[in-house]
Amino acid sequence: MSVAGFWRKIPQRYNLVGTRCERCGQFFFPPRTFCPHCRREGTIVEHHFKGTGKVISYTVIRSASDQFEFTTPYVLAIVELDEGPRMTAQIAIPPDDIKIGMPVKRVFRRIATDGESGIIHYGTKFVAR
Amino acid sequence: MRDVAVIGVGCTTFGEKWGASFRDLFVEAGALALDDAGLAGEQIDALYVGNMSAGRFIGQEHIGALIADYAGLAASHHIPSTRVEAACASGGLAFRQAVIDVMSGMEDIVVAAGVEKMTDVGTGTSVDTLTGAADREWEGFAGATFPGLYAMMATDYINRYGLTREQLAQVAVKNHYNGARNPIAQFQQEITVETVMKSSLVADPLRLFDCSPITDGAAAVVVAPLERAREFTDCPVRVLASAQASDTIALHDRRDISTLDATVEAGRRALGQARLQHRDIDIVEVHDCFTIAELCAIEDLGFCAKGEAGRVTEEGITAIGGRLPVNTSGGLKACGHPVGATGIKQIYEIVQQIRGEAGKRQVDTKIGMAHNVGGTGATVVVHILGAY
Ligand SMILES: [Zn+2]
Repeated sequence: MSVAGFWRKIPQRYNLVGTRCERCGQFFFPPRTFCPHCRREGTIVEHHFKGTGKVISYTVIRSASDQFEFTTPYVLAIVELDEGPRMTAQIAIPPDDIKIGMPVKRVFRRIATDGESGIIHYGTKFVAR
Repeated sequence: MRDVAVIGVGCTTFGEKWGASFRDLFVEAGALALDDAGLAGEQIDALYVGNMSAGRFIGQEHIGALIADYAGLAASHHIPSTRVEAACASGGLAFRQAVIDVMSGMEDIVVAAGVEKMTDVGTGTSVDTLTGAADREWEGFAGATFPGLYAMMATDYINRYGLTREQLAQVAVKNHYNGARNPIAQFQQEITVETVMKSSLVADPLRLFDCSPITDGAAAVVVAPLERAREFTDCPVRVLASAQASDTIALHDRRDISTLDATVEAGRRALGQARLQHRDIDIVEVHDCFTIAELCAIEDLGFCAKGEAGRVTEEGITAIGGRLPVNTSGGLKACGHPVGATGIKQIYEIVQQIRGEAGKRQVDTKIGMAHNVGGTGATVVVHILGAY
C-alpha cells in the first residue's frame, strides 16, 4: 500500500477509531462516512471501539504476498467487535490454538513490511483474552 | 426489447502460455469466434472485453482500444470498444454488456471477449494483484489473501454444516475428471481425493488442489438479434436471461459469510426473467475459484438446500451423467482461471453443450446456466442460455 494511503488511515488502524450513525445507532468498523441504512438522513460521528470481540471464522495463511512473508504462516480471522461490526485481522496466536468463538482483544503490532521502500506498517492485531 | 442469440464462440487453450502475448491470445480467440459465426470483421458493430488487471499483470491499460486495434477494427472501422472490469466477473459482465447492447437495439452484431495474461509476473505479485478483487484497505492490509478469504468461508461452512474434508476434495476430483475431457483445459489429468489431501496447505483448510490455478487465456463470443441469427448460423443459442447483483466488497461485512447473497439474488432474477424453474436447467457452469465456492454456488443458486451440496457432490449428482452436471468444462479448477476470460469461457462451454459439440464430456442439454463471481461475491452475474 502507498505511504499516503497508509498514513491517511493511521488513527483508524492504530486505535480502532470507527464511526457510528447517531440516527439508527449502528456502529461502523471499518469506518463508513455514509450510513447504508439511513442514507442521507443519518449523521455519522466518530467512535472509539473498546477493542474486544470474538472470532467468527479463521484460516492460517501459509502462502502470502511479499509484504507478509516475514510473518508467514499466520492466523487470519474475521473478528466481531463487541459493538457489532466485523473486521478482518490477524490473531497473534499459534495456528493450533485458534478456535471459533474465542474471545479476543486488540493489540498494536507490526502488520507488513514493504520490501522496496523498507517501510514497516503497524496496525491492529488481536490476542486471546 | 429484442431477443438475443449467440451466433459464434471461440476460445484459446488455457494454461501457462509462455509463447503467447496478451494480444496474441485475444486475437486468436476473436478469430475463432468470427470463423464460427461465419462473419467478416467489418460486420461487427461493437466490442466489449472483460479484463481484470492487465495494468498489474502486463503493465498495459486502455485494453478496449488495444483489442480493437489488433483485431484490425480500429484504424479501418473505428468501432466502439470498451473494457469491462469486475475482478473475476469481468468476462460475465462483458457478455452482459454485449447482450444489453443488442437487446436495446443500439447495435446488431457485438463481440464479447475476455482475456487475462497472468503468468508474466511472479507468484507474490499475482497473489497481491488478485487481493485487489477484495477490500484492499481493510482485508488486504490485514494480510488477507484471496485463498485466505475463501478459506474463512470454508471454516465457517464446515463448522456450521459438518462438511467433511473428503467431500470438499470431491469437487476437485470431479472437475479434473471433466477437464481431462476438455481439449482447452489447463489440466488434462484426473486426480483422486488423495491427490487433494496430500497437496500442500495454502490457507487452512484449503489445499493447493482446492484452488484454481494461475492461467493465461482468452475467449470470445458473438451476439446478434435472434431474428437475424439464422443469417449466420444453423444453431443459434438464445439468451434467456442476463442478471447481475452486488454485495459488500469485504467478506466481513456480509450478512452470512458462507452464503453469497449476490448469487442468491442474481440467480433468482435470472430464473424470473427466463420464467424457468430449477428443474428446467440441464447444466450449470459455476464459479469454482475454490472447491468451497462450487458448493456455496450450487446451494445459493437454489439447486439444493444450504449444507447439502457436499452430499450432493459425493453422490455424483453434479458429475457428468448425474441429474445436474456442474462444470462440465472442468470449471475454474481444472480448465484454468484466466480471470477476465473465465466468464466468457463459461458461455463458450454452455453453447458447445447445447449445440452437441462437447465431445467426450457431452451431456444432453437444452438449457444451461452460467454463474460468474467477482471477488468473494461482491459482483455476481448469471446467464441462462437455451437451444432455439
Ligand atoms: Zn443510520
